[in-house]
Amino acid sequence: MIPEKVLYINLSDKSYTVKARRDLFERYIGGSGVAIKLLAEECRRETDPLHPENPIVLAVGPLTGLFPFASKTVAMFKSPLTGNLGESHAGGRSAVALRMAGYGAAVIRGASETPVYLSIHQGGVHFRDASALWGVGSSYTVGRILRERETEPGLRTIMRIGAAGEKLVSFACVTTETYRHFGRLGLGAVFGSKKLKALVIAGSSTIEIKDQKKYREVYDRIYRLALDSKLMKKYHDLGTAANVVPLNALQALPTRNLTQPAFDNAEKISGEYLAQNFLGRRVACAHCPTACIHLAALREPYEDEPYFYKTTMISYDHELIYALGSMLGVGRAEHLLKLIDAVEKAGLDAMSTGVALAWATEMLERAKISEKETVVPLAWGDHGNYIRAVRSIVSQPNEFYRALASGVDYASTIYGGKEFALAFGKTEMAGYNTGPLFYATLLTGARHSHLDSAGYSFDEKRLKAGNLDPEEGAEMLLKEESWRCVLTSLAVCLFARGIYDEKLVEECLSIGGLEVTSGTLAEKGFEILKLKHEFKKAMGFDWKSMKVPERIFEVETPAGRIRKEFLSAIVERYFRKIETDG
Amino acid sequence: MPKRLAILDAQRCVGCQMCMFACTRKYGLAGTGKSAILVRSVGGMEHGFSVIVCRACAEPACAKVCPTAALRPRAGGGVSLDRKKCIGCGFCARACTFGAIFWDKDINKPEICIYCGYCVNYCPHGVLGMEERA
Repeated sequence: MIPEKVLYINLSDKSYTVKARRDLFERYIGGSGVAIKLLAEECRRETDPLHPENPIVLAVGPLTGLFPFASKTVAMFKSPLTGNLGESHAGGRSAVALRMAGYGAAVIRGASETPVYLSIHQGGVHFRDASALWGVGSSYTVGRILRERETEPGLRTIMRIGAAGEKLVSFACVTTETYRHFGRLGLGAVFGSKKLKALVIAGSSTIEIKDQKKYREVYDRIYRLALDSKLMKKYHDLGTAANVVPLNALQALPTRNLTQPAFDNAEKISGEYLAQNFLGRRVACAHCPTACIHLAALREPYEDEPYFYKTTMISYDHELIYALGSMLGVGRAEHLLKLIDAVEKAGLDAMSTGVALAWATEMLERAKISEKETVVPLAWGDHGNYIRAVRSIVSQPNEFYRALASGVDYASTIYGGKEFALAFGKTEMAGYNTGPLFYATLLTGARHSHLDSAGYSFDEKRLKAGNLDPEEGAEMLLKEESWRCVLTSLAVCLFARGIYDEKLVEECLSIGGLEVTSGTLAEKGFEILKLKHEFKKAMGFDWKSMKVPERIFEVETPAGRIRKEFLSAIVERYFRKIETDG
Repeated sequence: MPKRLAILDAQRCVGCQMCMFACTRKYGLAGTGKSAILVRSVGGMEHGFSVIVCRACAEPACAKVCPTAALRPRAGGGVSLDRKKCIGCGFCARACTFGAIFWDKDINKPEICIYCGYCVNYCPHGVLGMEERA
């Protein structure tokens, strides 16, 4: 049975309704596909991202609750960071909880006058007062309070914002299950603008399956692949932090605001080093046997009292190591972990925070701004001042931090230094200086995320295979992004993309109650991608006006220096293709 | 001797809940609605997890408070449930010290572990096993 219920919540008048939208799930699968349709229905061109009219859409898919790795919830909204399509995916228990509560999607509209949090169960939606929670700045603490206050432990998700969301930082995230995030595009600020402090969703139910024998057989096949093949090994062992050493060796680890492509202290903040010296526990999203979430145990003495310690569990991944480590020249694991912890607590996107601070450091270094702006003397590797600066992004004590809280693209418009403000489509870059296809992904991807079409992995393949022309590059990215639109509509974790090939997806969908004509899924993915592109255009996106920071042409990549003309040729061909049906 | 489910090492639990899905899947259904096992964090994932499942008590409190004798002690520990006799009063769920009696909202009756061991096959991290009650 495919999902069909869409929960519509109105925060302005504290009401909700449930509509059967089977049509949507039949045609657009779920996740990204259903979310973009709902967003297009709800969001207008003139709507400001922080206006009550900006909708928040959450969607899961037909495999959620049925198969391993179908653990992602897709959130869509208008992004306060880009002013355009906001799409963000999170795991934890969010997806399973939403489906088990009986819904395929939820749409949150309006804004509350006073702070609220929502408690969504199979019995309906409860609007709960969050006046006392408003101002609780640490996302950890919000979780701790709601964990005690709400029912159904183990069967619920607790999505919440920290101080960054309340203060409307454009790249504030929504944190779920302490360590997973709807990151990047500022969903936290949209929550904040609606006075929505948290969202608790809980439920336990069953989904009927027609062919039970086949269900168990396919399930077992996925389970064995997950455990016995090498497909999930990287995520299982060191986690994504396994990337740090090889990327550094390739000269592809952005360092000190990408003034260098490798970091002298990379080994000391690598996945290997962290695992050996700090790994305290691994945890998993619901229905995922891999458990890629790596938690470091950081033991610290209190300086004011002897024999008095605290131990903090801090989640790390490649992107955090890059953005808050190499990008800021922070080369000691303890320092990096403390910085990650400060970012996590505030509920900020780690990549955007790191890139923004890296730009600010270079600005100060070049004397384009002074300590009057930065308040503290930002310097590569000085984690203490970076932690202070993280707090300032949230508290915004002056004009400079107010600008920085709107993202590095905006801040560089005001203060200059655009040529080394590392944002693409107004989104701060991810940690792979692998070559032109990586940057092409950031420019062309519907959400300007490295995960949209994974150019970084094509860069590596291209290195081995020799040169390719822009046409081929555009083709590769478009094909990959279309397929990823299928995966994110399902919505399975992209880490399991090696398991979920087209044939398996077709089988799983059939078991889940959606028959698709064999061999047509890629087209469906392209259709969904086009919907996103059309939405973006309707909201004012113009690919021709995208600016590329000069810095990326000045630094070495494993593929040599990137030629500007080559990159723009890929980008141009990509958009021509998407506008003329591939 | 009949076996019961054993928690071999709860510290190895990553909270993936594969066991919960297995328990409902055994009945040919997806989801967790029929599951008689629950994995929850110990006050946040950073502290690890509790795996809550019937411990197959030698003198089960749930059976003692069952007014219709729907729940009866089983040889080797634990209970078996006769659904036809069960009136859904919920006394058993309240009596269980471990909170290991789950509720099937569709039929308003308890879900109780039958010690089949199906979930053990889907625990990827060696948390669950089967054992005879000492």
